[in-house]
Amino acid sequence: MSDIIIDFLMAFLVGGAICAIAQVLINLTKLTAGKILVYFLLAGVLLQAFGVYEYLVNIGGAGATVPISGFGYLLANGAIKGAKEGLFGALTGGISAAAMGISAAIVFGYFFALIFKPKSKKN
Amino acid sequence: MARETVYFDKQPKITAVSTIAGQKEKSGPISEFIDEFMDDDRFNEDTFEKAECKMLSHIIGKVVEKKNLPLGEVDALIAGDLLNQIISSSFAARNYSFPYIGVYSACSTMSESMIIGSLLLNGGHMENVICATGSHFSTAERQYRYPLELGSTRPPQSQWTVTGAGACLLSNNEEDIDYPKIVSATFGKVIDYGVTDANNMGAAMAPACADTIVTHLKNTKTKPTDYNLIVTGDLGVLGSRIVKDLVWEKGYDMNSNHVDCGEMIYNICEEEFQGGSGAGCSAVVFNSFFYKKLLQKRYDRILFLATGALLSSVSSQQGESIPCISHAVEIKR
Amino acid sequence: MKTKTKNNQNYLEYVSNIMPKTNEFQKIFRAFWVGGFICCIGQALRLLYQSVFSLSGDELAGFVSMTMIFLGALFTGIGIYDRIGKYAGGGSIVPITGFANSVVSPAMEFKSEGFIYGLASKMFVIAGPIIVFGTVASVLVGLGYYIYFMVV
Repeated sequence: MSDIIIDFLMAFLVGGAICAIAQVLINLTKLTAGKILVYFLLAGVLLQAFGVYEYLVNIGGAGATVPISGFGYLLANGAIKGAKEGLFGALTGGISAAAMGISAAIVFGYFFALIFKPKSKKN
Repeated sequence: MARETVYFDKQPKITAVSTIAGQKEKSGPISEFIDEFMDDDRFNEDTFEKAECKMLSHIIGKVVEKKNLPLGEVDALIAGDLLNQIISSSFAARNYSFPYIGVYSACSTMSESMIIGSLLLNGGHMENVICATGSHFSTAERQYRYPLELGSTRPPQSQWTVTGAGACLLSNNEEDIDYPKIVSATFGKVIDYGVTDANNMGAAMAPACADTIVTHLKNTKTKPTDYNLIVTGDLGVLGSRIVKDLVWEKGYDMNSNHVDCGEMIYNICEEEFQGGSGAGCSAVVFNSFFYKKLLQKRYDRILFLATGALLSSVSSQQGESIPCISHAVEIKR
Repeated sequence: MKTKTKNNQNYLEYVSNIMPKTNEFQKIFRAFWVGGFICCIGQALRLLYQSVFSLSGDELAGFVSMTMIFLGALFTGIGIYDRIGKYAGGGSIVPITGFANSVVSPAMEFKSEGFIYGLASKMFVIAGPIIVFGTVASVLVGLGYYIYFMVV
């Protein structure tokens, strides 16, 4: 039981820390949401390319995989695994690993956009 | 005499006004002066763009109705808005059969259209001219910023685009002299002090506004205290602070009688936003609050300057700074 | 083209001096706790799928991120995610739910221009770069490792 609590605590701390870093960057550089997402994704890819992000995932669990950098980790990991099998794997491994995320985003995105209308804001 | 300022010896009168706004404006401090409110921001249309067009069309109809003017007596409609190719105004004009002059001057469209209208009347070319403009929060957000449902933060220097539209009818033929008159006007220059932050409109527009104020005061040989109020368009709290400083630097003190439409239309929390903006801001506030105060003879001389930022989403993505403009209209009782 | 005079520079400095200051510490704290909380939802889903459906490895990670994307899209649709974003800033942008938000929000907005050139083509206005850079980076990493494995 205590393991589970520690897992949650670590997920909270690691995930929170990644988001806090993003907020520090936003505060300092006035980066927009789209750019922040791209930079964090690339950071995830780069860190995993050197095998570093793995450690963060082991420590933080969902805290490291749920942020967009975890998506980058997934891409890099897929590409590295693919590269072991050959050139074809090296080229397709990343996207294959991320296929679930991308198709979920497109399919859910499509259907929710069909159902809902944007609402005007008052504050 | 410098040529920026024009004087209207026939003194065109503002004989009727009409305003409409949304629900956020309804909870603001000057809501009792605004004619009508939309219950929802779509105004029973299926898109926000169509709603903006309908608002404009609606107030143009209202202003004619208020004056009991036959539609054939309207000589021209001068209108503009913030959307690409000023579709809202042009599409609203499609509902009417009078000549249409489309203008674009971003948020300073209200005063620009009033100057053009006054020139037409003063030259004796026309008798009744409608000046109208409006903006809509949701269409402006989409065009200049992000999708509505995107979870982005607004920086505290940002301003809130007013959902609303205002129209006024300028007439020459009025026997009744008891209406506010436009006596002179100063065209603004495009001024850019290099502000690139598209969220900080107040700071971008303040220099253009200050320049027009100073030019007008110099050309007409007046002092700020000669006016009951100097009304700026949509500078917001931050921009108002800046414009007062800039004008003061030029040797004029307008600390005691400057107000800003953007500061008046909402209950402002300065930590979140600086006030209203958009073409609809000055259009709604001038044609509601100030017009009624002028009619009641509460004020007898005001200088009205709508302020506009002439950027597009393309120009800011290319890293361009924001050129701005402000036109001044002097109104007397 | 642009001529930046000394005067302009002075003005920009003056503006940045009187700009309203945000409480940066508060913003970071909000990003921290909301981001942490969203990750905890992910952790709970992991636990659930692990124990109930006995998933593991890539499958587990895939279904967790699918569910998170579903939740992000749903909260965007019902108009709550933008509220969270206003409060949390980076805390709701960086999690995968923020990616879903950046896909769904323009899609909803541009539905008014039709399903093909509106909804579908504008879906990736904000999220498109993520796919582009993600694909490019992953192919580079793959090629790099392919060459590395050949050499070693």
